[in-house]
Amino acid sequence: MSARDLHGPGAPWGGAEPGARSNSDFKVVGQPRPKVDGIAKATGAAVYTDDLTFPGMLHAKTLRSPHAHARIVRIDTSKARALKGVHAVLTGDSMPIKYGVIPWTPDENALAVDKVRFIGDPVAAVAAIDEDTANAALKLIEVEYELLHTYLDPFESLQRKEPQIHEDKKGGNISKSVQLEFGKVEEALAGAEVVVEDDYFFHGSTHAPIEPHCAVATYSADGVLTLWSATQITHYVHRALARVLELPAHRIRVIQPCLGGAFGGKSDPFSLEFCVSKLAMVTGRPVKMLWTREEVFYAHRGRHPMHLHYRSGVTKDGKLVGVDAKILIDGGSYSSFGLVTTYYSGQLLTGPYHFPTYRFDSTRVFTNKPPCGPKRGHGSVQPRFAFEVQLDQLAEKLALDPIEIRRRNFQGDFTRTVNGQRVTSNGFLQCLDEVESASRWKERRGKLGFGRGLGVAGSMYISGTNYPVYPNDMPQAGVQLKVDRSGLVTVFTGGNDIGQGSNSMCAYIVAEELGIPVERVRVVAADTDLCPVDLGAYSSRVTFMVGNATIDAARKLREKLVAAVAEKWECAPARVRLIEGLAIDLEDTARSMTSVEAFQLAETKFDTLGSTGSYNTPKLGGDYRGGTIGASPAYSFTAHVVDASVDVETGRITVHDVWVAHDCGRALNPMIVAGQMEGSAYMGLAEALFEEHDVNRFGLHRGPSLLDYRLPTSLDTPDFHARIVESIDPEGPYGAKEAGEGPLHPSLPALSNAVYDAVGIRLKHLPFTPAKVLAALREKRAAASVPQGVR
Amino acid sequence: MLRLPQFELVQPSTVAEAVRALAECPGALVVAGGTDLVPNLKHELFTPPRVVSLALLAELRGIRRENDGSLVIGAMTPLAEVAESELVRAQAPALAQACSLIAGPQLRSMGTLGGNVMLDTRCQWYNQTYFWRAALGFCMKKDGTECHVVKGGRTCVAAASNDSAPALMTLGASLEIATASGKRTLALDDFWVADGIYNKQVARDEIVTAIRVPATGAGHRGAYGKLRDRGSIDFPLLGVAVRLELDAQDTVAQADVVITALAAQPKRITKVAEALAGTKPGTAAFDAAVEAVGALAHKQCKPLPNIPGDADYRREMVPVYVRRTLQAAARREGPVHHV
Ligand SMILES: Cc1cc2nc3c(=O)[nH]c(=O)nc-3n(C[C@H](O)[C@H](O)[C@H](O)COP(=O)(O)OP(=O)(O)OC[C@H]3O[C@@H](n4cnc5c(N)ncnc54)[C@H](O)[C@@H]3O)c2cc1C
Ligand code: SF4
Repeated sequence: MSARDLHGPGAPWGGAEPGARSNSDFKVVGQPRPKVDGIAKATGAAVYTDDLTFPGMLHAKTLRSPHAHARIVRIDTSKARALKGVHAVLTGDSMPIKYGVIPWTPDENALAVDKVRFIGDPVAAVAAIDEDTANAALKLIEVEYELLHTYLDPFESLQRKEPQIHEDKKGGNISKSVQLEFGKVEEALAGAEVVVEDDYFFHGSTHAPIEPHCAVATYSADGVLTLWSATQITHYVHRALARVLELPAHRIRVIQPCLGGAFGGKSDPFSLEFCVSKLAMVTGRPVKMLWTREEVFYAHRGRHPMHLHYRSGVTKDGKLVGVDAKILIDGGSYSSFGLVTTYYSGQLLTGPYHFPTYRFDSTRVFTNKPPCGPKRGHGSVQPRFAFEVQLDQLAEKLALDPIEIRRRNFQGDFTRTVNGQRVTSNGFLQCLDEVESASRWKERRGKLGFGRGLGVAGSMYISGTNYPVYPNDMPQAGVQLKVDRSGLVTVFTGGNDIGQGSNSMCAYIVAEELGIPVERVRVVAADTDLCPVDLGAYSSRVTFMVGNATIDAARKLREKLVAAVAEKWECAPARVRLIEGLAIDLEDTARSMTSVEAFQLAETKFDTLGSTGSYNTPKLGGDYRGGTIGASPAYSFTAHVVDASVDVETGRITVHDVWVAHDCGRALNPMIVAGQMEGSAYMGLAEALFEEHDVNRFGLHRGPSLLDYRLPTSLDTPDFHARIVESIDPEGPYGAKEAGEGPLHPSLPALSNAVYDAVGIRLKHLPFTPAKVLAALREKRAAASVPQGVR
Repeated sequence: MLRLPQFELVQPSTVAEAVRALAECPGALVVAGGTDLVPNLKHELFTPPRVVSLALLAELRGIRRENDGSLVIGAMTPLAEVAESELVRAQAPALAQACSLIAGPQLRSMGTLGGNVMLDTRCQWYNQTYFWRAALGFCMKKDGTECHVVKGGRTCVAAASNDSAPALMTLGASLEIATASGKRTLALDDFWVADGIYNKQVARDEIVTAIRVPATGAGHRGAYGKLRDRGSIDFPLLGVAVRLELDAQDTVAQADVVITALAAQPKRITKVAEALAGTKPGTAAFDAAVEAVGALAHKQCKPLPNIPGDADYRREMVPVYVRRTLQAAARREGPVHHV
């Protein structure tokens, strides 16, 4: 294993013992502090993509398909081109090469070629002197369509082969299908004391970041294309542009400015990025495209609706013997990350509980709806919902406390899951303890009277995976440090800060390692000309991977500083400590110099100062096709308890409190970690109670606006209580694991379980609308009034 | 961002100038706070050649009490001010409560009472962008010929969704209107037309200058109940305004229930006064009468799938919100709202 893989979780100056649980050896890490860009964002000074303007800049707009499934017979753009102020009009034939974030499934075009597959599919793009002219030009483009059968129901897509939504795909309208079995599930279930079999449904939801997608491109006289884009995957956009525009990658620069939220909604290459680039190349002018909120809803890539069927069995003392899942995934019109989603829907369920046997059969189909993709907790929030409700159903049959059944099935730490994933640190039991005591579970559960109840659920999630989206053996994350004679250290990282705080994290680590204040570190991120590659902000990989790369780079630089100072003081390097802006002699504390002096000494001794660092995952995963998908260097664990009440007359559910305990390995900044935990739980409950992303009977989005898409307001939001659990992972940066996605998972099943405790109905079909609650209550009353023996 | 269409903006400084500016330009529209009109313009539901802003007309702002005890609320008074006014809260609690639940805090600072009365009707097939409506093939209310709510329907049933209107109806309020030819008054009860395309008897070239709310006495009780998905922002899925008039013995002498967010006009529930008269709040007889009114309302109200939300559920909530709002009024409480 190379140096970049492992630095151990201890404080940089090797506290009492390596891997120490205590935060006391750290000066920066482990303390609540503001994000490095917090003030800029709060004062409005931060520069987002739409804030960029250039002399002579043109504005671009997209013409979209008004049909859910149709063949393009003819496009006539001549009237639009003739409009005064219009500089260029593009259609699909200008960029015929297909792309897709997963290189195995390129099925998207920047602008539709031959066919459109959902209402909102981009068909043409116009660049004009201003937005109004571009909009006027859109209305002058004539498109003749031949309508095709529209698929809105995933069950129909499963059955019906013609017409195909993607004609070059083998096997009708199936996007991806995965069947995997670990151990003998049927045998195991046959021997179970209790088996529960049930159906669950998870509806669609979307990310709704505050900032809509926006991109600006310039094309210089010497043939360099620069793209500023609100993306969370600069590197993949770089590659996709090179492919589609047929430009050598070295002539393309991609920059991500300050980003106003993403949540997975900006982790595909998008039509607008290709369009502004091509338009800049064609017109020789800078070109900007800012999507409307409506267009963001069409771009979607949100949570996949899933029809989930689970069958699980337990022994009489509540130990799982086998789990059998069959899942139908509604992918919408394109593949996006769908291949991964299909694997994740099965692969990520195998913790924090021990599954002796497990089988899943997941199929993703195409429908003529906005394409689904990765939303916070990609692919695993849906199965987690179904399984955690089923676990409560099992507990009920055995008259076991829901927390107890979860404890009994705990898989342990430093173990291997049934599907071959390596689990390292695992603080799940402590998470359960935390939420149990904080919610006063023992005193309160089942005792709050009819109408109010408590529910629990657990989960696990990845801290990145060892599956780089395109196969290669290079590092997943690289970092470069540069030192200025003023004492400033600049970190260059390909990591995408999407508001989760990854730039801050880099600054904390460098400040910690070099013993300088955080303010002396500046971070330059997500600029392909300046920064070494990082694969992007997805799969909760950035803190783990970029964090490790940053430690790697900082330690190399530290070695040089220490060596230079030791040489000057004529002492052993072990005596030199960099701390609080100084280099000090540990054995002669009167002797010290400022870190600026230390930097200058080192520059004198070693030449221009800098360093690089990187991270790659160890070899992980099961030894079977797809066994590396979902294999993570470390898993995070979460438990929630939700306290909710139900108004049985209106069917409305009110959530009062949510206790969220999350094992993030080590909290590099507990304030940011708690923020992620609360934000995740908020987002999960929002999906459970309010948000629904769907189309109507015409295939039209039901309400592509922030009025009709009901994001909960502050009034709809319960009190969150974040409990950080630190299991100190041996491979994470200082022991850290992810905190941005895992804490979302349990909120939905914990709420369903709380409603059961409150009023005795099992909500298995999301979202939990008041009408559904009333229907379930009616059903329960009807069942109760049927005399014994009749049923 | 969606773009506004081009129009001429006129900002008169007197009401006379304003009505003239409207009269001389057919198709011109009034803008008050713009919280309804601006989104509608962006959706290309209106493409007026001219927009006449009432923003500079200070005379249209403010709340005052006349000698006869009636309240005169200037049309340009922001909703937040109406909701917080001590006078309105004391004399017309249902109105104050309704205004306190309109939209969200920012919109209540911009939105006006006059604009609320004049709010365009709403429908999920109509309050959408031009692109969306074009993909649908439009509808009868704008640019099209069909109705997507009632198959084959020939009248638009887009929903009156202004929260203040049912409250004003229970209060017997009237509008003061300025026109090119002078002034007129119109009772809110006579304001409506059963046509969702334009459901008002106030023409586009007229200006509502004030809303007059008659005096109420010590026995007046009023409240507003609002069903919506979220605790803020959303338009009503159902709005229930109630009025009780108690006599000296604290028994009900008069009662009124008006419900909105159903079809093009709010619905006054019939036989309410008969059911409640003579009962005394806090007694079983009152409770039973309240139940009976809930049942009446349930029978008389049939929410349509015009606005978002499950129409069957909205119907099921009619008796619940009627009962809760009547009980709240009797206890001098309210509004009835889930948060
Ligand atoms: C997100 C959102 C949520 C909302 N929620 C609600 C809600 O819950 N309940 C609700 O009732 N409303 C709601 N509204 C609508 C709106 O905010 C209010 O109805 C507000 O009172 C409108 O007042 P305004 O002054 O902004 O009207 P404007 O938008 O200026 O005008 C509205 C209409 O009335 C006409 N008009 C305005 N003033 C006059 C006048 N004095 N004389 C003649 N015509 C006039 C205009 O020409 C226009 O047609 C919401 C709006 C938004 C954007
Ligand atoms: S009810 Fe709705 S769909 Fe029908 S005509 Fe009116 S606005 Fe259009």
